[in-house]
Amino acid sequence: MEPTNTEAPEYFHKVVDCQWACPAHTPVPEYIRLIAQGRHADAYMVNWKSNVFPGILGRTCDRPCEPACRRGRVDEEPVAICRLKRVAADNKGDVAARMPSAPTQLIGKRIACVGAGPAAMTVARDLAPLGYHVTVYDADTKAGGMIRSQIPRFRLPESVIDEEMGFITGLGLEMRLGERIDSLGALLREDYDAIFVGTGAPRGRDLDVPGRQEAAANIHIGIDWLSSVSFGHIEQIGRRVIVLGGGNTAMDCCRTSRRLGGEDVKVIVRSGFSEMKASPWEKEDAQHEGIPIHDFLVPKAFTHENGKLTGVTFEKVGAVYDEKGRRSLKPTGEPDQHFECDDVLVAIGQENSFPWIERDIGLTFDEWGMPVVDELTFQSSLPNVFFGGDAAFGPKNIIWAVAHGHDAAISIDRFCRGGDLRLRPPPGVLVSSQKMGIHEWSYDNDVSDEDRQKVPLLPIAEALADVKAEVELGFDDPRSWAETQRCLNCDVQTVFAAPLCIECDACVDICPTDCITFTVNGEEEELRPRLKAPALNLTQDLYVSGSLPTGRVLVKDEDVCLHCGLCAERCPTGAWDMQKFVIEMTHAGGGCSK
Amino acid sequence: MTYIVKPQFHHPSLTTNKLGFTRRDYEGRVSTLCAGCGHDSISAAIVQACFEIDLEPHRLAKLSGIGCSSKTPDYFLSASHGFNTVHGRMPSVLTGANLANRELIYLGVSGDGDSASIGLGQFAHAMRRGVNMAYIVENNGVYGLTKGQFSATADKGSKSKKGVVNSDSGIDLVALALQLGATFVGRSFSGDKDQLVPLIKAALTHKGAAFIDVLSPCIAFNNHKGSTKSFDWVREHNEAVNRLDVLLGRVPVTTAYEPGSLVEVAQHDGSTLLLRKVAEDYDATDRVRAMSYLQERQAVGEIVTGLLYVDPEAEDLHDALNTVPRALNALTDAELTPGSAALAKINAALR
Repeated sequence: MEPTNTEAPEYFHKVVDCQWACPAHTPVPEYIRLIAQGRHADAYMVNWKSNVFPGILGRTCDRPCEPACRRGRVDEEPVAICRLKRVAADNKGDVAARMPSAPTQLIGKRIACVGAGPAAMTVARDLAPLGYHVTVYDADTKAGGMIRSQIPRFRLPESVIDEEMGFITGLGLEMRLGERIDSLGALLREDYDAIFVGTGAPRGRDLDVPGRQEAAANIHIGIDWLSSVSFGHIEQIGRRVIVLGGGNTAMDCCRTSRRLGGEDVKVIVRSGFSEMKASPWEKEDAQHEGIPIHDFLVPKAFTHENGKLTGVTFEKVGAVYDEKGRRSLKPTGEPDQHFECDDVLVAIGQENSFPWIERDIGLTFDEWGMPVVDELTFQSSLPNVFFGGDAAFGPKNIIWAVAHGHDAAISIDRFCRGGDLRLRPPPGVLVSSQKMGIHEWSYDNDVSDEDRQKVPLLPIAEALADVKAEVELGFDDPRSWAETQRCLNCDVQTVFAAPLCIECDACVDICPTDCITFTVNGEEEELRPRLKAPALNLTQDLYVSGSLPTGRVLVKDEDVCLHCGLCAERCPTGAWDMQKFVIEMTHAGGGCSK
Repeated sequence: MTYIVKPQFHHPSLTTNKLGFTRRDYEGRVSTLCAGCGHDSISAAIVQACFEIDLEPHRLAKLSGIGCSSKTPDYFLSASHGFNTVHGRMPSVLTGANLANRELIYLGVSGDGDSASIGLGQFAHAMRRGVNMAYIVENNGVYGLTKGQFSATADKGSKSKKGVVNSDSGIDLVALALQLGATFVGRSFSGDKDQLVPLIKAALTHKGAAFIDVLSPCIAFNNHKGSTKSFDWVREHNEAVNRLDVLLGRVPVTTAYEPGSLVEVAQHDGSTLLLRKVAEDYDATDRVRAMSYLQERQAVGEIVTGLLYVDPEAEDLHDALNTVPRALNALTDAELTPGSAALAKINAALR
């Protein structure tokens, strides 16, 4: 193998698994250390800069960082990153003074954001401080989009939404709430310099099986129903409720039902339990509230009597795999099952919907009715119209919407200033040694044995009694401290200087996870299995040095390195050093100065 | 020294041996020796060797004298018996322990100061009596704890870190061991675990006095130009006579070797030593030729390593003394006080 080029920002960035997995590339270990130091406001600002909604995401994020967390590969469970984010948000105090203020001078460019959800509000946050006049339109009367309409209050209190939306609206935006845009053509004629479309995936998929029309009064589309609950239009549901679907919306529907009078609430899903789209923890939360999940059942018909829903009939299926390993659901031949109920919530997916975009204004749609959007620049076929969030590439989640918003804001800024949209600003990178003494580092290199901390919950009776009572209480100080100590500080990198190495094997002998091998070089496939511990996780890179005096090379498998720094402590020549690698994504307007 | 405890987390592929232990279970406390010390590599090799021979930690007694090397038993096999004895007196204490309880496996760890200066006589007598033990000398040619004076194994003409040339002849412990009748003699290098680990395994399973001289560079005081115990010097002058594999139990040899290139040596305990020849005509079972070969190669500046001599039929001190097979503390009153008839018989024999 060629010697690893650690100068390329991607190399060390990939080692910080959580940050690499986060669509917005939030510097996770950095803010966890700040929480450990009690610097909650600083931790909040690190988050706010990169993911805009720390309080909201600390409760609702899909957490792509956690399955990626290195700790999950050496310990039973990853660090509770998401819940630590909430700790920063809950304990930050007053951060108003740290927020950027509305610019005193505008640059004379006008931007329209359609929708006030996470993508559009990110665009607004990035552009407003640069002097853009940003106008935000939304049909709802409050900013937040799906964050406010679809996420139940017992998971996300309204005060958190209000505060974090307020940080952005305070940047001098023109908020035109309660104003639905019915025509992109008309909006284009208002001569905005650029338009950002962040309208999400607002239409819940319906289920067209016999009985749907006849029993319509008691069959509800999940996201619409959640939205009606959020805005206070619906306050109760029948005693027996069936939720169809296996995603996070289905989990929100069933848990909300339990709080609105549903006593016998069950989730029924086509696929197997383990293949459900819902995050594992959301399934657990639902089950914890006494909601059974029945799997491998395909809805066949709604049964009804005198125009009133009586239940749902299901066909039992099983998973069958073809020779290519593709799964299909085939009837098992068992008799159909009938479940009685008073109400059904249909949560089987969401779709985009663009009835308000005329098809003759030059904006190209693909065969599935989605706008053609550049994946790098988020520009549509109309150069001044940009898309982001669920509106761009279909339903994802909040953190992806934020990442899209940042990228779209960069494009819009370049577009307005006449730059090349395809030239993306490089990230800011800083690498600095953490060495303070022979065995002292400016990070806490001791590895904690603690198990993942559990979030305390409201007693179940209290939780089910009030749809607005937040069910998770968040970590208290001792739990928060214990959880911060579980972070392995993966951003403090092991950096190797081949010219200093005397090949004494001290690092090989001390490494608790057998990451280090000195051996003759070879091709990667041949090298991986013959390392001190076989490097079989192909998603993790090998760090290979140049040739050493004995003709061998150093090979370090990044996979389960604990970043404990013992290799550097036991190195007699300083060939190993622990260096903090800070990488910050450059947002709109950045690139030259910090 | 390191302030943190070595984390317990380990690689997911870490395997267990027949006893269900991982290699990590054979570790000791974190070393307090200087960073990069060769001794730590030897400790790691001992850990690896004990793991590989499925050694039950409570069946090992590790004894040492005084010095950097003699601190190391703290850094491996925390679950074993340990005795950090008096300077140079490890062989005597070990001999006593062995006589009292021959059911344990004895590992003596010493250094060039402990064994070649203050304890030279002790070393000699343990070898000549054939105490059943593995005797490892961690040899760096220097007094590290007192900041770098030459030790008795420093070669004549080698230079200290401050530039002083050694005018005394060096003691070659391997030559002494061979001459004194050790029945297993090896030499290795802390920087070559492929060679060292099998040697330690073979020494631990050998019945009789097994001696291994391990060159172990002192990073702090003896790893400079002019030293003959530095990493660079040892790597340049290291000439292995053979490569050793240790097979536990009667396992048929399945790998094909060229005729004459492989020697099988069956040991008392049932293990087999497989010696792959590197030097032509080197016979590791011929003591006299081994001694002359070592002298010849040393004269031309080579450091000869490998399994230099082994007597697979060796007897030990217990055989010579015809002692009881059990540990003394396991003997009962009936055996210890055989009664007046037995006393009368002994007395009669003396008349």
